[in-house]
Amino acid sequence: MSTSEQAAAGVAPTAGAAALPLPVLEIRDFSISFATETGDVKAVRHVDLSLAPGEIVGLAGESGSGKSTLALGACRLLRPPAIITGGSVIYRGRRVGPEGVEILDLTAHELRALRWREISIVFQSAMNALNPVLRVEAQLGDVIDAHLNVSREEKHERLNSLLDMVGIPRARLRSYPHELSGGMRQRIMIAMALATDPEVVIMDEPTTALDVVVQREILAEIAELQKELKFAVLFITHDLSLLLEIADRIAMLYGGRMVETGTGEQIHHRTAHPYTRGLLNSFPSVRGPRRKLAGIPGSPPDPRDMPPGCPFQPRCRFVKSECATVDMQLLPAEVEDPQHLTACPYVKVGEVEPAGAATPATIREVL
Amino acid sequence: MDDPVMTANDSTATDLGPVVLEAKGLYKDYKLGRGPKASVLSAVRDVSLQLRRGAVVALVGESGSGKSTVAKLLAGQERPTSGEVLLDGEPVHHSGRRGFRAYKSEVQMVFQDPFASLNPTHRVRYPLERAVRLHRSELGRQAVADELVRLMDEVRLNPAEEFLQRYPHQLSGGQRQRVSIARALAVRPRVLLADEPVSMLDVSIRLEVLDVIDHLRERFELAVLYITHDIASARYFAGETLVMYAGEIVERGPSEDLSQSPAHPYTQLLLAAAPDPDRLGAPIDERLAGSARQAGSTPTTTVGCRFSSRCPLADDHCRAQSPPLQAIDEHRAAACWRLDLAAPNLVQRQREERSVALPQ
Repeated sequence: MSTSEQAAAGVAPTAGAAALPLPVLEIRDFSISFATETGDVKAVRHVDLSLAPGEIVGLAGESGSGKSTLALGACRLLRPPAIITGGSVIYRGRRVGPEGVEILDLTAHELRALRWREISIVFQSAMNALNPVLRVEAQLGDVIDAHLNVSREEKHERLNSLLDMVGIPRARLRSYPHELSGGMRQRIMIAMALATDPEVVIMDEPTTALDVVVQREILAEIAELQKELKFAVLFITHDLSLLLEIADRIAMLYGGRMVETGTGEQIHHRTAHPYTRGLLNSFPSVRGPRRKLAGIPGSPPDPRDMPPGCPFQPRCRFVKSECATVDMQLLPAEVEDPQHLTACPYVKVGEVEPAGAATPATIREVL
Repeated sequence: MDDPVMTANDSTATDLGPVVLEAKGLYKDYKLGRGPKASVLSAVRDVSLQLRRGAVVALVGESGSGKSTVAKLLAGQERPTSGEVLLDGEPVHHSGRRGFRAYKSEVQMVFQDPFASLNPTHRVRYPLERAVRLHRSELGRQAVADELVRLMDEVRLNPAEEFLQRYPHQLSGGQRQRVSIARALAVRPRVLLADEPVSMLDVSIRLEVLDVIDHLRERFELAVLYITHDIASARYFAGETLVMYAGEIVERGPSEDLSQSPAHPYTQLLLAAAPDPDRLGAPIDERLAGSARQAGSTPTTTVGCRFSSRCPLADDHCRAQSPPLQAIDEHRAAACWRLDLAAPNLVQRQREERSVALPQ
């Protein structure tokens, strides 16, 4: 697999090797299960994902695909019944050094030092993530107190500069969360995530609850901050069309499995996996000629009841008997590009297009 | 990609079918607080719309724009402060329980959250059966049972008997929403008010749910109001689109025309903000990044154009006087004083055609 090969090459840097930066966060063969009375539910299965310094990687998937579980699990933020059943998560920040640390081996104390200082998270619902009875000032201040050793004056300065950074008037430090609009609350969450100057910021559906206009403003804000502060972003969302615009690289998750990774351009124009194509065909577009739209028939998979082999089989137009035994290894989708990988060994780039005609869920042209 | 689908009769879409449900000059004010400090929030201001048989009208706006309040007014769940709702041209008075029930048997609603709109302690059968029994008491036991199966078939939940026996938690989001649609349909309404029916669902199944609604619209000649924040889906799903901002309709027109050549600055902003894969790799719009600092919550002012605080074209006139919804052509209208700047092409064409005179 290319990601692990790069990593292997990087651990012992050779003079001739290309100057590929070591991934700042590298998730390898990662699996997470939920223990239930009726047996383990495998939420994430053998996932590889790496994040280069300053890169924006999009993690796309529907509800139940395991995208949030993967990200939270990588920070060891999941509690039982969730169990990490295998794999490794290596963090290599500037403060840690190129050999990196294995997050899965850290003690509680070491984890505390890593979290937020090195890897921070913007949670989905700012409404629930902020404490309603504390002023913004106190909540942002808490983060700084807990993770940075600074004087009161420095803290105050930091608070002000954080608000400037996310474009909120300083006076709002004295506000309670309910006094802020949804967009402002989300900006406070972003300020909080950036308070300690981390190298990796995980954004779990940061704009999902917002209106499109505000959503775009927040995205522009994130893009600007990312350019300035050079942190790496793992951007989790169900909205693939959004990722296509902002992400350097996109990883598609389905039923706990990685099904395709590639650049936005590859995912959009040279789609390899039938699921990716199905998702792309599910978005009505406001621009260009009206095309035929087709959703994906059936429902997202139930993690308690996964088919053997490829999890997408029951909804796939190209399904055949071999799909039940496919091992879901990521293979190069195009010979000339090792970055574009797909888990489907049968469908080739170009074959998934054009979609729509054969699928039952076609929106009729109204009137 | 695929064959471009541009239906030529789009612009005449609204001419089809008689008007079933109509809103005329609806206002809804909510009083905030009590005593001398009380203030008034006008959630809906002067909204008029017509739902025609067999046609979908989309009501597009951001949260807080008043679109759900319009749905509640139409559904009879809220009384308008002024203005009226007409069913088949007759003003609606929900006097008493019986009158309200009669109205409900014509006008039904589908809500946004299928997780909250179904009682978790009842099997799917229960809400459907109840609706059928209440509104169609003439049916016998067997006829009711047949009707339930037929309803499940209509929303493509097969096998029907099995789904009727399930509890909501045993269904996926898309299946639940289809149960909600079946429940709405159980009373054989003529109007369906769908308030963000797919926004809580996974992207891959949204189309199928919309497709179910569309199939039912066609089959039962339903008049559908499709409320959404997603202007792209309105383009595909509805013949006519109304854009709401801060309680007012700021633009209306055939969906395709409106989305391809928006007239009102707010509609333009909304369209510019919609994610667009074809804009791939281009930096996120800088102009919007700039406006991020000023954009805030919905304005509280009732003087002047409500969009003026965010509008790049606003002048003193805009801030002083509220613009009326004025015709651009036969099918389109926008509420903007500065249309000649916002949409010069449209205004130019309109002047040349001289079909409708602008009340300048």
